[in-house]
Amino acid sequence: MSSVVAALLAVDPCGLGGVSLRALASPLRDEWLSLFKKLLPAGTPLRRIPLNINDAALLGGLDLGATLSAGRPIAQQGVLAHADGGVVMLAMAERVPLGTAARLAAVLDTQEVAIERDGLALRLPVRLGVVALDEGMADDEQVPAALLDRLAFLVRLKPNDQDDEDSDWQAKDIAFAREILPRISVSDDVVKALCAAALALGVHSLRAPIFAIRAARCAAALDGLLDVNDAHAALAARLVLAPRATQLPPTQADTEVPPPDEEQGDQQKDQPKEQSKAQQAEQPGAQPDKNGDESPDQPDLPPDETPPNNEQDTRSEALAESVLEAAQAAIPDGLLAALHVGQAAKARAQAAGRSGAVQKSQTRGRPMGARRGEPRAGSRLNVMETLRAAAPWQRLRERQNPTPLDAKHKRIHVRREDFHVTRFKQSSQTTTLFVVDASGSSALNRLAEAKGAVELLLADCYVRRDHVAVLAFRGKTAELLLPPTRSLARAKRSLAGLPGGGGTPLATAIDAARELADQIKRRGETPIVVLLTDGRGNIARDGSSGRAQAADDASTAARQLRLAGITALLLDTSPQPQLAAEALAQEMGAAYVPLPYAGAQAVSRVVQLASAAAK
Amino acid sequence: MPCVQPQYTLSTMAIAFPFSAIVGQDEMKLAILIAAVDPAIGGILVFGDRGTGKSTAVRALAALLPKMRAVVGCAYNSDPAHPFVPEGSPSSQSSPKSPVKSHLISVPVVDLPLGATEDRVVGALDLERALSQGVKAFEPGLLARANRGFLYIDEVNLLEDHLVDLLIDVAASGENVVEREGLSVRHPARFVLVGSGNPEEGELRPQLLDRFGLSVEVKTPTDLAGRVEVVKRRDAFERDPTVFTEQWKKEDEKIRKRIVAGRTRLPAVLISDAARERAAQLCMALGTDGLRGDLTLIRAARAYAALQGDAAVTDVHFKRIAAPALRHRLRRNPLDDSGSTVRVDRAVAELMGA
Repeated sequence: MSSVVAALLAVDPCGLGGVSLRALASPLRDEWLSLFKKLLPAGTPLRRIPLNINDAALLGGLDLGATLSAGRPIAQQGVLAHADGGVVMLAMAERVPLGTAARLAAVLDTQEVAIERDGLALRLPVRLGVVALDEGMADDEQVPAALLDRLAFLVRLKPNDQDDEDSDWQAKDIAFAREILPRISVSDDVVKALCAAALALGVHSLRAPIFAIRAARCAAALDGLLDVNDAHAALAARLVLAPRATQLPPTQADTEVPPPDEEQGDQQKDQPKEQSKAQQAEQPGAQPDKNGDESPDQPDLPPDETPPNNEQDTRSEALAESVLEAAQAAIPDGLLAALHVGQAAKARAQAAGRSGAVQKSQTRGRPMGARRGEPRAGSRLNVMETLRAAAPWQRLRERQNPTPLDAKHKRIHVRREDFHVTRFKQSSQTTTLFVVDASGSSALNRLAEAKGAVELLLADCYVRRDHVAVLAFRGKTAELLLPPTRSLARAKRSLAGLPGGGGTPLATAIDAARELADQIKRRGETPIVVLLTDGRGNIARDGSSGRAQAADDASTAARQLRLAGITALLLDTSPQPQLAAEALAQEMGAAYVPLPYAGAQAVSRVVQLASAAAK
Repeated sequence: MPCVQPQYTLSTMAIAFPFSAIVGQDEMKLAILIAAVDPAIGGILVFGDRGTGKSTAVRALAALLPKMRAVVGCAYNSDPAHPFVPEGSPSSQSSPKSPVKSHLISVPVVDLPLGATEDRVVGALDLERALSQGVKAFEPGLLARANRGFLYIDEVNLLEDHLVDLLIDVAASGENVVEREGLSVRHPARFVLVGSGNPEEGELRPQLLDRFGLSVEVKTPTDLAGRVEVVKRRDAFERDPTVFTEQWKKEDEKIRKRIVAGRTRLPAVLISDAARERAAQLCMALGTDGLRGDLTLIRAARAYAALQGDAAVTDVHFKRIAAPALRHRLRRNPLDDSGSTVRVDRAVAELMGA
């Protein structure tokens, strides 16, 4: 499958935006890249964009050497301008900063590089495709979404993915396909089918169906046909839409149906069609002219369309289904499962934005470029940038303020406004705050597990240099058992002494957690609250007992936690998952994970996932 | 470059997608039209899902807006009625009474690309002349070019902090003051600030948020027919931009006439004291910070009324405009976590009835 992607992309790199190639550096990836290079017409520029490239190298800027020797400003082209008409390869795309991704996205959108830098104002047409080399392994290591949205293909290279029928493309096939590409037509049925498939798979961005159509067109061009046929549409759906799926089509999600392979094999056309029709009617967003309230014989068409014969209508429906089926079959394993745990926490964490996760720092961290400013308050002077800033003005300044004739060397005129300081980026530390329900209802079942999980996480913290804190609540109060620490021995000691029993002051516990999380935030660290409870509070904020008041208070406290923008995770520790706990998680904006009989290992794994997503 | 590119990708960059061909996104389009009628509205913020045509709509503006009259050769697009003459420039010595030459130009829609440096945004010493002739001269930047037009920042939440500071200052004062490299220049920089972005990539500073008069939320359409239409039009445009633009020319022309009519009607639209009170009540009910909410609400309602051809501002206009004018000015209420749009709608319904 992946070699088809190479061929399609070689036909129209600019129109398709590119591909995100998820694989470690491996012979497999090299093979794909060399195939892709072979297919591109000779002389096509191929440039590599290193991680942490600066703006001058990426977009272009003033060529200082040439400028000084020529005595007039001379622009220097960046990597993007050099790659015009070709392809750029983005190394370690999963770690690319959002800013770089956004610059690349702008170039893909407008097909030009806009340079407004160093006294230059230039617009260079740049048409290119991007090969994002994604070396991410965990689910939270992803290419920035802004960039992914503009790449047609998301490919995960796997060693035994050799189901290619047509892997013998030659460069001349590509050249021919490029020639006929502008003349290829797409029928409305295909457009409709691809749009419907995108909708059914929960692919929201409208770029996806547009890319699918372009991909289908390229597929037709590769086949030397001037019309896009059903096979091309199905291929496009498989390659472009399936990897972006966020839900299964309602057919599978809502009802218990036999697995898809059985469906396709045993029953022929009629049954699956009936089914999906029925289910499309259930789907809220389904279109009136597509869903099931029309009988198959008497299609109820919108009045503005010319009444086509039944044959054509059924044909277009059949196409829509086959496209959807193709896409569905290609949804990678585990994609949806990963979405369930990871996504909820991730969306919130990203929404919290720059404030918590990544901090700009003046003094330490990874260098992140320079900015104009004076070296004050511990920020460091960037000598190179300062000299660069001063260089163009030398002649002018020399004239205004000549070097004394008796001086041995010519003076370099550096002025205050030339000063540049280095900026650093620092990922802030994560502090995982465990809020453990030690009340009578929970203690029996789960306290030991919670203790075990915390200990496992602590062991992990030595590697990740994160902190852990533990808050326990029982009776009428919440007690900070363990202030944020990295000390394993201390944590173990305080956990071992945690007694169980008493009421469940849930509201008080959440309040205490929020206060502590606020403190952590103010220190510039990122807090994650992990609440282990069964969600059945029975002590109100004021210490009085009574379930109704307690539940009310708990949900208020939960909402406040959410509004404070704190990433949270609620592990339901009761033997049977509780509605109350799930509702509480929702109010808290927390990911809800029921853990009926999980051990310490499972708890620790879930928490690690959430904290990784929060970064 | 030696490699052959498919035809349709070659021509897309030159021609912008026609404004009238954008499917749906009514709130965004309305906000843009309101700013076109009354640029004093103070900017539009478009936040929302990816692939919804945020940039497309803004980039379509230049072709849509009626042309304006400007002084020939003026780097600041200044109005011939009040020409701006930089201090110390040779033309300031000539007789002020001599008529200035003017011509019709497209309203500038200036892109502020990410990665722009400060010197290009505010303007700086003219490098060329400094290097070759040793002359100190000011070269106007993007803010000058955007004067009387639109300044567009895609991915506004990724903009460098020091540029944000600059913009906040200039957007409030309408004047760009440059004090650098031994230059001291001030020039008008009145523009409609248009920002777009995706909230997942970071939030905006409240100070910058406040500079935007209207804030629009865009979502991807979820109905199949709408989505098919978007995709079809985009495809048709890419295959032959010239023909496609030609097809939508009439629709664009209609919108243009609406803008022109709205502009002429704008000063005559009546705002009764009762309407002003209404706006104040609404802002008080929502507890918006400062008076900018009131002012924007009234201004936007007036522009909307002018656009609709109505003679006076009424509740109908407030209802339509309240959400974009106020939703980004709400304080977070710890006991009410519903979205700000819902809160505005609720307040409107309480005050004016559903």
